[in-house]
Amino acid sequence: MQYLLMIYTAESVDDSLSAPEMGRLMENYDRFHGELEGAGALAGGARLRPVDTATSVRRRDGEFTLTDGPFAETKEQLGGYYLIEAASLDEAIEWAKKIPSVDLGTIEVRPIWPMEDDQLVTTDGSERADA
Amino acid sequence: MTESDATGMDAASATLAAVAREDRARLLAGLIRRAGGDFERAEDALSDAFTAALTRWPEHGIPREPAAWLATVAARRLAEGARRDVRARDAADEVARDEEGDDDVVRDARIDFGGDDDGLRLVFTCCHPALAPETRVALTLNAVSGLDAAAIARAFVVDERAMAQRLTRAKRKIRDAGIPFRVPSFEELGERLPDVLKTIELVFNEGHTAARGERLDAPDLADEGVRLARALSGLLPDEPEALGLLALLLFTDARRRARLDEEGELVRLPDQDRSLWDAGKIREASGLLEAAAASGLAGPFVLRAALSGEHSTALDASATRWPRIVALYDALLAIEPSQVVALNRAVAVGEASGAEAMLEALDGLEEALGSVHYLHVARGDALARLGRPAEARAALERALGLARNEAERQHVAGRLAALGDGTTGGGG
Repeated sequence: MQYLLMIYTAESVDDSLSAPEMGRLMENYDRFHGELEGAGALAGGARLRPVDTATSVRRRDGEFTLTDGPFAETKEQLGGYYLIEAASLDEAIEWAKKIPSVDLGTIEVRPIWPMEDDQLVTTDGSERADA
Repeated sequence: MTESDATGMDAASATLAAVAREDRARLLAGLIRRAGGDFERAEDALSDAFTAALTRWPEHGIPREPAAWLATVAARRLAEGARRDVRARDAADEVARDEEGDDDVVRDARIDFGGDDDGLRLVFTCCHPALAPETRVALTLNAVSGLDAAAIARAFVVDERAMAQRLTRAKRKIRDAGIPFRVPSFEELGERLPDVLKTIELVFNEGHTAARGERLDAPDLADEGVRLARALSGLLPDEPEALGLLALLLFTDARRRARLDEEGELVRLPDQDRSLWDAGKIREASGLLEAAAASGLAGPFVLRAALSGEHSTALDASATRWPRIVALYDALLAIEPSQVVALNRAVAVGEASGAEAMLEALDGLEEALGSVHYLHVARGDALARLGRPAEARAALERALGLARNEAERQHVAGRLAALGDGTTGGGG
């Protein structure tokens, strides 16, 4: 069996963390990542960019609409995901438009946060050499 | 500071102001492309170049090509910053290779500081469908028109900090979500161009209707809208809809001085003093409309410009060709069904075929447009003409309650008073 572990946090809480607190969190993620990998349980995972960068795609009565922002409907539930390679948001949106559920639900397109971009810091606040 | 220093400073400032006015958008667009779509880095580089010019020009003289000088210096600043930036390292190396050399070379340097394609890239990126419509308006005013957050905030009567945040967020979304800095392909243009046209029209309308009251210190968004539409039509000279947009805005703007009377009351089109209309703008718009219509493809902006042009070119209200106007509305409704357009068509039907036909055309719009004050003004009009003053009064009173600003309220109040005069023999 495969399982998707979905990480929900309040971005405002993430943003309020001090550099040492963020450093500890990142170290803990590193440890968890290593543990998963060591156990042969890791199939994939990524950090997402904040909801500010999201675009929601849906089609009703044959008309596509794009919304600037995340999926915010509470009566629909996450039912699946695709991780894709695309050269730009335009390309990603074109793929999103082809997902059959675009007529019934909403496809939220959210960029992955590339790891080399990540401002990983250690507990003492210095930049990590291997980031 | 000596007298000649002061003169040099004045000349440098004046030249810089002229470049900022005319070439800023083009310079910025070229820099955004070099920065891989990063608006903020491009803006920082450009503002560094302006600062450098202010220190260097008074002393060393103004370069022959001031815009090219700024483009070169800004591109170098961008490259210096980019060398430290992993994402743009390749682009930076390329720029750095292009621009090696000392300042004497820079002074007369002629580089491609962004042709028409960069301008189009900028406009289409600011109006990208993954940005909210109000964000597109704000970003276009900021990046293309060069207005800062404070000026845009004043124009829209919103908090300056909220506007600054909106702009920052939009620029970061473009960068982080990978909104490409490009011109849509020919196949995509039909879908993407309307977003650009509507954004520019929103800018113009905000200035033209000034629906939220007085704001003397705010930038004139009607002028800004015309300027944007003119830039777009220059970038897309073969696109009838771009010409149609400019024609529409010019026809509308030509009536600016006749639109409000001395008390700031809205003057209806038939009552406007046509000698106050700007004949130059009407002439220019008519020429644009002719060029747009030559393609034989009439999109919504060409049709709306044609509608506006019918009014603008009628010698007086009684010379208006109403059957032609109804036909244009029918063509518009066929490609873009809209209750508001149907409402305007109903008013035109009233002129072409009488109040009875108008009332009939208005029936059925009530459900969708019940809260639009103009629907009730039109109903009041038709009912008054049919000799049903009590019903006309009720309709106008409803319109009064729905008016959104003082000018609209004054206008409806005036019609109510006129109705009173008509039915009570001058007692109102």
